[in-house]
Amino acid sequence: MELVIATSVAALTAGGVYLILRMRAFAVIVGLALLSYAVNVFIFASGRLMVNEPPILDKYGDGIYTDPLPQALVLTAIVISFGMTAVLVMIALGSYLESGDDKIDLDGPDTGTADAAGDAK
Amino acid sequence: MNHWIIAPVVLPAMLAPIIGFVMRHDISLARAASVTGTLFLAAISVGLLIMATSGETYVYKLGDWEAPYGIVLVLDRLSALMVFLTAILALIVLIHAIATGWDNRGRHFHALFQFQLMGICGAFLTGDVFNLFVFFEVLLIASYGLMIHSGGRERLQAGLQYVVINLAGSTLFLFALGTLYATTGTLNIAHLAVRLGEIPVEDAALVRVATMLLMIVFAVKAALFPVQFWLPGTYANAPAPVAALFAIMTKVGAYAILRVHTLAFGPEIAATDGVAGDWLFPAAIVTVAIGALGVLGSRRLMPLIAFSVVGSMGTLMIAISAFTPEATTAALYYLVHSTFAAAALFLIGDLLVSRRNADLLGAMPVTVQNGLFASLFFAAAIGMAGMPPLSGFLGKLFVLDTIRDPGEITWAWTAILAGSLFTIVGFARAGSVLFWKSTATPAPAPVEGEALAVMPAARPMELAPAMSALTLLVLLAFLAGPVTVYLGRTADQLHDRAGYVGAVLGTDLEG
Repeated sequence: MELVIATSVAALTAGGVYLILRMRAFAVIVGLALLSYAVNVFIFASGRLMVNEPPILDKYGDGIYTDPLPQALVLTAIVISFGMTAVLVMIALGSYLESGDDKIDLDGPDTGTADAAGDAK
Repeated sequence: MNHWIIAPVVLPAMLAPIIGFVMRHDISLARAASVTGTLFLAAISVGLLIMATSGETYVYKLGDWEAPYGIVLVLDRLSALMVFLTAILALIVLIHAIATGWDNRGRHFHALFQFQLMGICGAFLTGDVFNLFVFFEVLLIASYGLMIHSGGRERLQAGLQYVVINLAGSTLFLFALGTLYATTGTLNIAHLAVRLGEIPVEDAALVRVATMLLMIVFAVKAALFPVQFWLPGTYANAPAPVAALFAIMTKVGAYAILRVHTLAFGPEIAATDGVAGDWLFPAAIVTVAIGALGVLGSRRLMPLIAFSVVGSMGTLMIAISAFTPEATTAALYYLVHSTFAAAALFLIGDLLVSRRNADLLGAMPVTVQNGLFASLFFAAAIGMAGMPPLSGFLGKLFVLDTIRDPGEITWAWTAILAGSLFTIVGFARAGSVLFWKSTATPAPAPVEGEALAVMPAARPMELAPAMSALTLLVLLAFLAGPVTVYLGRTADQLHDRAGYVGAVLGTDLEG
């Protein structure tokens, strides 16, 4: 169980980092999604791995239960990363349509024409 | 329990959807609501500031759940000061955005602005690291929208880069929190302070990893070397009022380092002592150097200002990295100063760039009100570079004075003094090209059949926000005595770990 969780977190993280380093919008979005899956599984495991145990204390039980807090944290993290991915897709699409290029790179902050000029008109 | 503590979060959170859904078709209605909301926020923050002056640490338990089981908001002098700073800056920026019409160049400016305020105030008030993560995300997602406000090719590209870097940072934040929870079983900052103190040094390897990860995440926000690279591109391409508001966002990172490190990872705790703290000082020195060289090398006005922000963050982090009450006092003074100095520069830069129709640092025909803009830019540059008589000079002097460690003193003095010199040269060059050389350039002959677009002179309403930011710098210099006394008490309260833990958990540090 531990081995499966650990390997999957490692594989997802490695894939995510590799894709982010590709510096292309689509690859980066998929990479960030992989990373967020990895971190969700990771947080889930941070409350110790328990199989078939309730997330509440049993009144008569011997005190074996799975930690409910990481489940709540994961739920928050999932919602946030889902929303963020949606925002990222929209901004990447906007950037691609404006520039006709999906590279995540600037020409350098010091070059190019000031687009404040365009705004002032 | 005093419910006003949560008001700086609830007020913008309620206002933003109303502006976004109900007032989206009427800009004047949205403006009125946004200004009213921010005025109320300022009034509340003054109230909280007065409340916190007593020196008590107020704890707001959400849902009345006892800490560490429930989430708490904590109001002490430091968080009250930061919320107050946010509200004042927001008011200045908002009036500038309305007066110059920036808010009408895209949609939903005011709704996003209020969400941004909600996230910033929440991050300053919370007493729980996971809750801090949530407020970070709130302020980030609002800042994504503000960053690409009014669009444009370069801005969208820079915005995409900014979003990607911050999403990667958020993932790192979650990894850090997961590790921290796995090793300590808590995410409440006060409870962390207790639990981390109980961990023996031999078993602390994982905790040290979590500490370092968390500090890297905060360093990304604070634009500290080696994760400062996103800042110049973002600030230079963001709409200028948004860049001015972002002046407080880097301070959120600095605040998080100050708060979490002092309370939970500080020198009293064997398990994490020196893990992150030892890295902060050299990183801050390099950040100052990058900022200074960037100012010297910029060929456009907005990147120049952005690099001066990087430099000021370096100076601030030099003071923070000492983690003594005296150095923290200096850091807080410089923090207040650099927030308003950066905002003033961005606002004046905006007035200037919109009239020159380009922000290249080159000689161009002189614009309207050349003398007025020159003197405003001169004043703001003096503040940012740290020359007398404005508060930047006092702030830097104060920082230099509090660095006492013999191994650090040479590096810190060299970095800050040389950095200031480079910044002065950079600003002097920019100012002389923008204002003096331009007077020697003849106006272009009007082209036949084409109406020459003449930008109108700046109205008093457009000048007022930048001028009030400068006035605050003057006030900060004049009232340096009383302000420093107050900030000294703030720093003492921050370093009183037992007091914070006692107020939040109701037990003492050892319990």
